[in-house]
Amino acid sequence: MHPVRKQRLILVLFVVLFSSAAIGLVTYALRGNINLFFPPAEVAQGKAPVGQPIRVGGMVLDGSVNRSDDSLRIMFELTDYEAVVPVVYEGILPDLFGEGQGAVASGVLNEQGVLIASEVLAKHDENYMPPEVAAALEQSGFDHKGKAK
Amino acid sequence: MIPEIGHFALIIGFSLSLILATVPAWGAWRRNSRAMALAPGLAVGMLVFVSISFICLCVAFLQDDFSVKVVASNSNSLLPPIYKFSAVWGNHEGSLLLWGLILSFWTAAVALFSSQLPLLMLSRVLSVMGGIAVGFLSFMLLTSNPFARLLPGTPADGNDLNPLLQDPGLIIHPPLLYMGYVGFSVAFAFAIAALLGGRLDASWARWSRPWTNVAWAFLTLGIMLGSWWAYYELGWGGWWFWDPVENASFMPWLAGTALIHSLAATEKRGLFKSWTVLLAIFAFSLSLLGTFLVRSGVLTSVHAFATDPARGLFILIFLAFVVGGSLTLYALRAPAVSSRVSFEWVSRESLILCNNVVFLVATLTVLFGTLFPLIMDALGAGKYSVGPPYFNAVFVPLMALLVPFMGLGPVSRWKRDSTRRWQSELAIPTVVALLCGLTLPLLNAQYNVWVALAVALSAWLLLGLLRDLWYRVRGAASVAAGLRRITPSYWGMFVAHLGFAACVTGVVATSQYNIEHDLKMSPGDTEVIAGYEFHFVELVPARGPNFVADEARFEVTRDGEMVAQLAPQKRRYLASGQVMTEAAIDDGLFRDLFVAMGEPIGQDGAWAMRLHYKPMVRWMWLGAIMMALGAFTTVLDKRYRRVRSAVSAPAGEALHGA
Repeated sequence: MHPVRKQRLILVLFVVLFSSAAIGLVTYALRGNINLFFPPAEVAQGKAPVGQPIRVGGMVLDGSVNRSDDSLRIMFELTDYEAVVPVVYEGILPDLFGEGQGAVASGVLNEQGVLIASEVLAKHDENYMPPEVAAALEQSGFDHKGKAK
Repeated sequence: MIPEIGHFALIIGFSLSLILATVPAWGAWRRNSRAMALAPGLAVGMLVFVSISFICLCVAFLQDDFSVKVVASNSNSLLPPIYKFSAVWGNHEGSLLLWGLILSFWTAAVALFSSQLPLLMLSRVLSVMGGIAVGFLSFMLLTSNPFARLLPGTPADGNDLNPLLQDPGLIIHPPLLYMGYVGFSVAFAFAIAALLGGRLDASWARWSRPWTNVAWAFLTLGIMLGSWWAYYELGWGGWWFWDPVENASFMPWLAGTALIHSLAATEKRGLFKSWTVLLAIFAFSLSLLGTFLVRSGVLTSVHAFATDPARGLFILIFLAFVVGGSLTLYALRAPAVSSRVSFEWVSRESLILCNNVVFLVATLTVLFGTLFPLIMDALGAGKYSVGPPYFNAVFVPLMALLVPFMGLGPVSRWKRDSTRRWQSELAIPTVVALLCGLTLPLLNAQYNVWVALAVALSAWLLLGLLRDLWYRVRGAASVAAGLRRITPSYWGMFVAHLGFAACVTGVVATSQYNIEHDLKMSPGDTEVIAGYEFHFVELVPARGPNFVADEARFEVTRDGEMVAQLAPQKRRYLASGQVMTEAAIDDGLFRDLFVAMGEPIGQDGAWAMRLHYKPMVRWMWLGAIMMALGAFTTVLDKRYRRVRSAVSAPAGEALHGA
């Protein structure tokens, strides 16, 4: 074979091999590491899988935040004003977390329908609502204060 | 009055960019040298007027002119003056104006420092940059005017700048990042000009290379500052989150890294020409994509100021126009510029090719992970998020794959080398590196195989480079004479590769040996982490110019000796009522101690506290600074300052160095 062609052939083979390895790596990495968002209403209807990483977002229900006195364990409820999902989290919450504010919790749903959260995200400034929460509220037909639109 | 002057100057700047985009391009097409000769003047004029506009906006911020909408929503009379200044780009409109300013700065710089460039080429390059300026300045004037007034209804005081952005790091992070982002427009403009002219040779690469290196260096510094800021300001002790907005700046960096290496091969050997052009298009398109992702509001983060669909649509159309147009041009013209130079498989060229493949694949995997949630959402398939584990799982193996090529690259020869020579060159470094990998991690309390691997690979890089340096120096009369003989571009490569090794070591060591304790502490409590005793002394109130705070006083001791006094704060900003965590960090070359306050627990003065021990976290940022320094150094090389006569030198002219 002509040396230039041979070089090209090796190059093509190399690129094909390498990119298929990369694609394999990507699909493998993607499998366990993406999570889907569910509004509280869908969690209550049983649409969210148990034991798999998911995210749930809504408003933190007034009066629902319950802190433990001797550890960093905290319980609160997320709502889209149609249904309520209890969340348990152990750790430090973001600065803008608060009752009556939007928040997104990611974690795993247990058999009792409680979300064991590994991470809680709140909005990052005063005039901002996490877009997933905004969409969830849009669906349930309530505004962020719980009033029907 | 001043805002109106600013608006007017912006309109003039836009008109000049419109002329710059059309007249010199027409001149280049019709070979009309009078039309072409207009380009440098227009470029400088554009810089002057966009600067006037930018200064006017700064004045509006510094004078607390709350009748201007962006000032009212992003500043406050209590804000310290330096943050009033940085608030100029702490919002959508102002940051776009900064983009425009930096673009006109680069355009004018090309006009002023390219006296050795043929007029034909120069007018094409400047025209392309003018075209990009048309896009951005019209975007600003049509959808995001920074000088819009609130008349009547001027508020008595402003809304305040987001407290997260009130930080020294954030004063220079956006300008540096934009210098990098926008700097790739120069490489892009050179690529398009070459495609338009159908001529692409070593001199083209020699013109384009210094600009690309400088842009890459700025981007490196910008990303590094962003990471550093996130580390001490967000209060979680993390330094990279694979947040889509971070990815938006990281993707151009990855493509740019491939580009600066491929440009080296194009300049030295006349190789990979059309590939280099494609990478230049790719790098700038990713910069634009980053701007789109951040500015259109499709992503949520601290950086996403705007959520106006009209804006997103405008950038999307602009992006489609630039990417589509340049790729079409590439498809039509690339065959004319492709190279016919051959090289052996065991050579520096093929190692650069490996570098390019790895970086390109890394770029694509990051791109995929970043766009996946957007695509799924657009298809109505649900709201997914792709987390850091995905990125770590693909990115870490790719980077590990890169280092062996990196070790071989600098010591190998162009065109043809032999594995036998590699063996003899690298036998000793390999053995020593393996020993380092086996022994150095023992200095830490527990042995970690990943750290061992990172240390071994970094040591291999370092020793290979040192051995190569020794070979270059030893022929000379004295060591000093030998060192003087080495070109700046070799030094640049040397420092940048060392920086990469430092960065890899820092990232792996801090990820593996990092210790984090989140716990409840009352004044008087003590917690021990990695031998450091964190003693919570007292809780005191504190006050700043525009905030009040709770301050926790910590004393850190080790073996009874005082190491540091740390005072993290929990601040409440007066204007917005926003609460923010201010972490306290004791930094060191080999370890950082980090304390941040969570929230009060119970009634007895106890707080949730976050205590971190982070070994070698500074290495990562120092490494990034070295990479940037290296890239700046290469520009000092004499061959980039040659006069016009040398420009037509044949491809593959054997110059010593990287």
